[in-house]
Amino acid sequence: MLAHEFIRNAYVAGTFVALASGLLGWFAVLRGQVFAGDALGHVAFVGAIAAAVVGVDERVGLFALTLGLAAVMAGLGRRAQANDVTIGVVFSWVLGIGVLLIAVLSTGSSGGDGLIVANTLFGSIFGLGAGQSLVAAAVGLGVVLAAMSIARPLLFASLDGELAALHGVPVRALGLVLLLLIGAVTAEGTQAVGALLVLGLIAAPAGAALRLTCRPYIGMALSGAIALVAMWGGIALSYALPSLPPSTAIIGLAVGAYALASVASKIVVWAPKRKSGHPAAVGEVRLP
Amino acid sequence: MNNPTLTWNLVHDVHELLAYQFMVNALQAGTIVAVMAAVVGWYMVLRRQSFAGHTTATMAFPGAAGAALAGLPTALGYYLACGIAALAIGRSSTGGRGGAGGRGGRGGESAAIGVVQIAGLALGFLFLSLYSGVLEQLEALLFGTFLGIDRGQVLTLALVALAVLAALAVVGRPLLLASLDPEAASARGVPVRALDVGFLAILGLTVAATSQITGTLLVFALLVAPPAAAQALTPRPGLSLALSVVFALLVMWLGLGVSYFSIYPLGFFITSFGFALYVAAKLARRAADAFRHERRPSEPAPVAVVA
Repeated sequence: MLAHEFIRNAYVAGTFVALASGLLGWFAVLRGQVFAGDALGHVAFVGAIAAAVVGVDERVGLFALTLGLAAVMAGLGRRAQANDVTIGVVFSWVLGIGVLLIAVLSTGSSGGDGLIVANTLFGSIFGLGAGQSLVAAAVGLGVVLAAMSIARPLLFASLDGELAALHGVPVRALGLVLLLLIGAVTAEGTQAVGALLVLGLIAAPAGAALRLTCRPYIGMALSGAIALVAMWGGIALSYALPSLPPSTAIIGLAVGAYALASVASKIVVWAPKRKSGHPAAVGEVRLP
Repeated sequence: MNNPTLTWNLVHDVHELLAYQFMVNALQAGTIVAVMAAVVGWYMVLRRQSFAGHTTATMAFPGAAGAALAGLPTALGYYLACGIAALAIGRSSTGGRGGAGGRGGRGGESAAIGVVQIAGLALGFLFLSLYSGVLEQLEALLFGTFLGIDRGQVLTLALVALAVLAALAVVGRPLLLASLDPEAASARGVPVRALDVGFLAILGLTVAATSQITGTLLVFALLVAPPAAAQALTPRPGLSLALSVVFALLVMWLGLGVSYFSIYPLGFFITSFGFALYVAAKLARRAADAFRHERRPSEPAPVAVVA
């Protein structure tokens, strides 16, 4: 299997995109910000279309729009967390602009409208060139390192924003950085592996990890590990069954992990109480 | 179709617009959808369930792909997929707002909804790859169309809207109480949990119907913007519900009218009008708060209800 170049490229890019998504997802789920990540993934393609209209590289448009929108979302909400109504209104308008741009493209001389939409919405992990996969891996690695370097204050700010602010933690700035990092991994992931995959790897592994453990650093590592296993297993599975699209295989494994974790956490909750006092509720993360 | 031209004579313009049967159909369908979306969206915004609404909207993709694979009508796939997703969200969010925080709290709920969405989309990809054909009208599916709506569709929409509005008329008042203060509601014997799931089913139906006109990606233009604008303007439930309907109709009619005379698509105009409305309402709210010195600025009055 590894003799094929496209499989090697998929593994190189997928490994780091999965790690980044799993790690950021843990914070996104903890803070109830999955919708924000989802919105960023949906608007990403508008950036690609805008870049096509202007005539620059689509990556410029992707990054400009997702990072810009992440900043807007952070700026509009309290504690740098926009509420769901703001997200909904803003992101539907950005999509509306995308519709206009598609029309502009298809009535203009350039043509080829539907193709761009299809490619950016449904980018495939099996279609990566060697250079592209290295860039995706580099962005993923950079995001992982950045997230790890702010993990501790971000954790504090996420669990108890007011207390953290009293201790001098820059709560708003950290919220902005988290959204920017999610924006970066979405922008890179959208054109490399498809927007669906990024969202899937943000929501499912982290949701599973938060149901399994309430210890923060173990949870983060577990979330990254589940994302990684889903990615590696999904690529292999899709290679073995050609009619199974890679996105479906990877997401299928991640959703399966989430379902298993949900069942497991229910069994643990029903089990007789441990003697050591009051156990933490599932999903309730405490400061280490 | 001969090229429509906009003149300064508005009566003539409207007359020209209504001369075409397809435009009459579009206006009727748009009106039905706008009323339904405004009422259901009003509750959705109140209950902070926009993510759930968006997730059911994206189910149009697996719905349409699954229907193509099974050889069923697209609309049926839509309704089925939206209904299943609504039930899945209702189950997995374990009480969500109602049941004393729910397991995993807010974060757990947002993860559960996200997982339902990606699972649906991944299934959609699988259906599409098994179908191995081209899914027709992908753009219309995503971004909507108002051309080629036939009488049958208008009739179906009217029936769905009637069912949705009738259901809301029955549960409207307890649902309002359950949305604003779930604990007080359950103390009074309101079945909060059943209302949670019931409302998600209603939301699923509405989203499926709305997305046939606006496309799956743009339902929020009608479902979120008008109710959010209305709720920003007045804290009185009855009044803001009425305002929400008026706003949605305004957005829909203006959008249809303008896009008829323009070469650009309906989706752009509807979302832009919705966005402008929301921003205007927010600014008006802020100005009113600044004017009235008693009320603290930057803190909009929550929707209050005198039960």
